[in-house]
Amino acid sequence: MTVEDLQELAEQEQARQAKFSHRLMYCSAAGCVSCGSLNIRDMLKKALQEKNLADKVEVIGTGCMGLCGEGPLVKVLPEGTLYQRVDEAAAKRIVDEHLVQGPIVQDNVVDITHPFFAAQFKIVLENCGRIDAERIEEYIAVNGYEALARVVTEMQPGEVIEEVRKSGIRGRGGAGYPTGLKWGIVRKVPSDTKYVVCNADEGDPGAFMDRSVLEGDPHRILEGMAIAGYAIGAQQGYIYVRAEYPLAIERLRLAIKQAERVGLLGNRILESQFNFRIDLRIGAGAFVCGEETALIRSIEGRRGRPRPRPPYPSERGLWGMPTLLNNVETFANIAPIIRNGSSWFNAIGIPKSTGTKVFALAGKIRNTGLIEVPMGIPLRKIVFDMGGGTPEGTEFKAAQTGGPSGGCIPAEHLDVPVDYESLNAVGSIMGSGGMIVMDSTSQMVDVAKYFMDFCKDESCGKCIPCRVGTVHIHGLLEKIAAGKATTDDLGLLEELCVMVKETSLCGLGQSAPNPVLSTLRFFRHEYEELLKQPETFVPSGNGNDPTTH
Amino acid sequence: MPTPTAPTPHPSGDNRFKLLDRAITKHQSRGDALIEVLHAAQGIFGFLENDLLIYIARALKLPLSRVYGVATFYHFFTLKPKGKHTFVLCTGTACYVKGASKIQHAAEECCKVKFGQTTSDNKISLISARCVGSCGLAPVAVLDDHVAGKMTPESAIARLKTWQEQPDEVTT
Repeated sequence: MTVEDLQELAEQEQARQAKFSHRLMYCSAAGCVSCGSLNIRDMLKKALQEKNLADKVEVIGTGCMGLCGEGPLVKVLPEGTLYQRVDEAAAKRIVDEHLVQGPIVQDNVVDITHPFFAAQFKIVLENCGRIDAERIEEYIAVNGYEALARVVTEMQPGEVIEEVRKSGIRGRGGAGYPTGLKWGIVRKVPSDTKYVVCNADEGDPGAFMDRSVLEGDPHRILEGMAIAGYAIGAQQGYIYVRAEYPLAIERLRLAIKQAERVGLLGNRILESQFNFRIDLRIGAGAFVCGEETALIRSIEGRRGRPRPRPPYPSERGLWGMPTLLNNVETFANIAPIIRNGSSWFNAIGIPKSTGTKVFALAGKIRNTGLIEVPMGIPLRKIVFDMGGGTPEGTEFKAAQTGGPSGGCIPAEHLDVPVDYESLNAVGSIMGSGGMIVMDSTSQMVDVAKYFMDFCKDESCGKCIPCRVGTVHIHGLLEKIAAGKATTDDLGLLEELCVMVKETSLCGLGQSAPNPVLSTLRFFRHEYEELLKQPETFVPSGNGNDPTTH
Repeated sequence: MPTPTAPTPHPSGDNRFKLLDRAITKHQSRGDALIEVLHAAQGIFGFLENDLLIYIARALKLPLSRVYGVATFYHFFTLKPKGKHTFVLCTGTACYVKGASKIQHAAEECCKVKFGQTTSDNKISLISARCVGSCGLAPVAVLDDHVAGKMTPESAIARLKTWQEQPDEVTT
C-alpha cells in the first residue's frame, strides 16, 4: 500500500458513509454490553427493517461513549443526539419517531450540553463512540494512519522524537516521565534489536480507561506503537494486555490482522524501508506486572517479579535488549501529536502537564463513566460540575486517585488543579486515571485497610519490606478498626509505612503505604477515635499521665 | 531459538490434548510462550491439574518447577476444578465503595462457603476478582461469564438460589 492508496481508502469509506442518511451508533463496550446493548442492536435493526430503512440507516457498534452508569447508550449521527437507558421500547421509538418523523425521543435523550460532556476535551477518546472499532476503514476515514504515513515518508527518526519531546507529553501510566526523553534514550542505545512494549495491564482497581481505548479505538494504539518503533529503531512490538479484558483482546487481534492485511504493519510499511510487527501477550492477573521490569519478565513467560533498576529497560529490557515501554494512553496521544503538531498539543493543559487526561469516574457520584479533561482542571469541577456531586443526602468526603498507590483528597483540597505536581503536593498521585468518589458512608480506616489488603495479596514476595511490611501494616489497621489498638500502635503504623515506602524494591512496595499515609494526614481523627481508651492506671515508675495521650 | 518439535500424543487418548498440542505448536514449543500455553490449557481443560502441568513442562522443555511456579504465581490460573456455576464478585474500589462486602457476606451465608471455595456439591464456586473494569455499574458480579451490574445482596441471593435449586445432572 502506498500513501495514495491510504488516501483513496479513506475517500472510499467517506463516500460509503455518505450514502446513509443516519448512522445509529450503539455502545458495544463492556459496560453497555452487560446492560444488554447487543439486544438493542437487534431491536434497532428489526425496527429499521419494518420501516424499510435498512439500507438508508447503518447500525454500528462503537467504543465507550462515556456515560457508563446510564447504559445502554445509542447515538444518532449526523445530529449527535445521545440516548440513554435505551430499552426495547425506546429503540423502536428512536426509529419510529426520530428517524421517520423527526422529533427526538425526549424521554431518553441525554443533555449533551451538561458539563459532563461540555467540559471534556477529547484527544484520546475522540473516536470512541464515533467509529466502528472492528473496521480499519472507519479509522482510516477519520485520518487514521495519516500520522504514520507522514512519519515513514517525510520524517527522520530524530525529528519524530523532537516533535514528541516538544509536545511536552508525559507518561500517562502515572509516574509522568517525559515521553520524548524516554524515546530519545532508547534511540541512542546502540543495538540491532529493540522492542516497543505497550503496557495494557490496567491493574488498578477502579480504572477502566485503557480498556475503553483498546475496545473503542484499537488502531490508534497500533499506529502510536508503529511510530514509536520507527523513531527508536525497533521492528517488533508487544502489547501486554490483561486476560480480564476478553473484548479488548479480541478487538486488538482483529485490528492487528486488518493492519497487516492492508500493509500498515509488517514488512515495508507504506512502501518504505520500515518493518514493524506487533504481537499480543496476555497477562494472567498479577497487579505487580504493571511494573515495567515485572511486565518484561512476564512477557518472557516467567513469574512477574521486578528486578532492581538500573539498568533500566531502555538499556536492558525484553530479552536483554533496549526496550521502550509506554502506557496505552501515552501511545494513543502520539498520532494526534504528529498529525496536529507539538505546538497544538502543548497549548492544551498547563505548561508542566500538557494535553489531556482520561479519568474513570466512579464510586459515590451521580454521573459515573469515562471523561477526558484538559490537565490542570480543578478537581472540584470534575466532581461537582461534571460528576454532579454525590448522590442525594450524602456529603462529599474524599476523592481517591491513583488506586492502591495513590491517596485520598479531602474536601478542603477540592480546588487542587489536576496535574502531576499538584496532586503529589496533596499526597496523592495522578496515577493511571481511576477516580473514586467517597461520601460520608466511607470510613477512612476501612478504606486504608481495603487498599492494604490488596497490596498484601499482590506483593510478589521478592523483597522483604513489601512482603512482610504490608502484612503487618494490614494487621495494625485491623487492630485499629477493631478498636483494640493504642497510640503506640498508631506510632508503629506510621513508622512501618515510612520504612516500607523507603526500602521496597519496586513501585508496588514504594507506593503501597500511600493510602494509609494520606488518610492519616487528612483523616487522622478517624484513626484516633477508634483507639482503645487508655485504662485508668498509672504505670509504675515512669509517672506518665495516661490522660495526656 | 529452539527448533520446533511435535509433542508426543498423550497416552490417555484424551482428544483435548490434541487441541493443546495445536496451541503448543502454534508457539513453536517455545519456553517463553509458557503463559500463553497455560491460558490455552486452562481454556480447554477448565483448570490446571498436575498431570497437565507435567505434560506442558515436557512439551516446552522447561523444568516442572518453572511451570508450577508460573501457574501458581498468577491469579488467573486455577489448579482446582471450578463448580458448575461461577459467581465472580468484583472487589475493585468502586464496587467496594458501593457495598460489595455486603454482597460478599450474603453470598457466603447463602452458599455456606467462603470466597475462593466451591460448594461441596460442586454446583457453585465463589470467586473474587480485583476489578472487571465495569466500574460505572458498581457493584458488579460476573455470573457464569455474564457481567451483571448494580447488584444488591438480594439479587445475588436470588441468583444463587436458582442455581442451588437446579436439579443435579445425571453423572456418568
